[in-house]
Amino acid sequence: MSSHTTAKPILEISGLSAHIGGQQVVEDVSFTVPATGITALLGRNGVGKTSTIKALIGLIDRTGRVELDGRRIDNEPTWKLIRRGVGYVPEDREVFSKLTVAENLRLAERDAHPRRQLVDELFPDLVKRSGQLAGTLSGGQQQMVSLARALLNDNKVLLIDEPTKGLAPKIVQEVAEALEQAAATVPILLVEQNLQVVRRLAGDAVVLSGGRVVHTGSALEFLDDADLTQRLLGVHADGEAETPAAAQEGAAR
Amino acid sequence: MSTVVLLFVTGLGLGALYFLVASGLSLSYGLMGVLNFAHGSFLTLGAFAGWEVARRTGADSWWTFLLSILIGAAVGALFAAFTELVLIRRLYERHIEQVLITVGLSLATVALFEGIWGTDPVFIDGPAWFSQTTSLLGAQIPNDRFISIIAAALVLLGMVLFLKRTRYGMIIRAGVENRSMVTALGIDVRKAFTLVFTIGGAAAGLGGVLASHYFGYVSPLLGGSLLIFAFIVTVIGGLGSLTGAAVASVVVALLQQFANFYLFGTGDFVVVIALALVLLFRPSGLLGRKS
Repeated sequence: MSSHTTAKPILEISGLSAHIGGQQVVEDVSFTVPATGITALLGRNGVGKTSTIKALIGLIDRTGRVELDGRRIDNEPTWKLIRRGVGYVPEDREVFSKLTVAENLRLAERDAHPRRQLVDELFPDLVKRSGQLAGTLSGGQQQMVSLARALLNDNKVLLIDEPTKGLAPKIVQEVAEALEQAAATVPILLVEQNLQVVRRLAGDAVVLSGGRVVHTGSALEFLDDADLTQRLLGVHADGEAETPAAAQEGAAR
Repeated sequence: MSTVVLLFVTGLGLGALYFLVASGLSLSYGLMGVLNFAHGSFLTLGAFAGWEVARRTGADSWWTFLLSILIGAAVGALFAAFTELVLIRRLYERHIEQVLITVGLSLATVALFEGIWGTDPVFIDGPAWFSQTTSLLGAQIPNDRFISIIAAALVLLGMVLFLKRTRYGMIIRAGVENRSMVTALGIDVRKAFTLVFTIGGAAAGLGGVLASHYFGYVSPLLGGSLLIFAFIVTVIGGLGSLTGAAVASVVVALLQQFANFYLFGTGDFVVVIALALVLLFRPSGLLGRKS
């Protein structure tokens, strides 16, 4: 994919810290997201990737500075900063199970002219299932709904949290293709454990450890450095099996 | 047979009143997590407002009755909206403070109502038809029961249509399921909070006017006495479920009526037993979401 970019950042995060139930989960995190392409936010299980995403949009208590396209947004409530052009695809999809697919999408429409055509082209299955309750969809289909909700609007950046988690390999490919197409029009900050997907999609990588940023740079260069990936992600350079020790550490967090 | 029919229809009438109070409670808890102990005050104020309309414009007129219903619902709605905007809005996610302020408000309003309208019940008249009966399968049914049942059915229908057919209804349904995700879609969910409170207040105000005709009086304690059963209905039906509130309202009221008649006046006791059984074996309520 694209190489490490030096374009003007769309998202600038500095000194971001966050707490859940009094426990610090993100500590003094600073990084930028370029205005084009996909930036991967990587790290072992439990290092604070999801918390960082949630803190960015104020879903958990946080301090620090967040700027979207040069405008400070950390002092705004979640709904307001989202309306400034942030699309959010949460971990575990979080579709509204008792609403239909069509209702899930209508609820997400913020713009006067939502990008229905794009969404219908990317996810034709959802058109056929528009009257179906979202709670009755498969995991992959729910992920499509979750992605579609974010893609409906003309966003400045998308925050996408583990979109391939728990999906079958065929669906992972479909999700990756959808992300690739989406990235052509909007920058994405992507949390992803599947390193093959990261290798395929991401230009830049930000690596967290213990709630802190420990590495930033080109995603490919990072993934090609076997020692670094082993040390920071607990995986082999080919991006597959997590070592038992790393898995244990992740589970303990 | 006629006794069973009488108990059944009277129970439905009482269930209708429970539903008018419980619907707002259930939605406000489901969406906002607010247990509103001041909800009964919306009902009481609506009832007194309806009574004031009736005594000033002629209680025996159908037009007066319809006007009193509208005024009662409007006053309940305004009081509820005021409560949400001024007192509750600052306290979301602070549940202890919410309980304290709504309990305090309910106590303060009872004292206020006693100061304005006195501590004794105020007896109320309606159109002459209300005090007559209609023969149904051999039972003589007081006509005002039919009014309560019809009003509650219309309110249920209106609420269902609102929830199913409007964007705000969709926001409320989604918010009951996952409030933070609604916010993360760029929706200011606080407007939905105010709307739910206002709708609940209107239903309670309407319920107050109907309750005053059902029981034949208004008193500052009217809302509080119905609120207890409305809470039970809300828990049995499932917090956040409008349909659950409707079903549980009927179940609770029928249990109460039949137990009072056939089990030596133990209606309230039987209702509490039913509540305990639901909490033990189906804590999410009859139609509530699983936690």
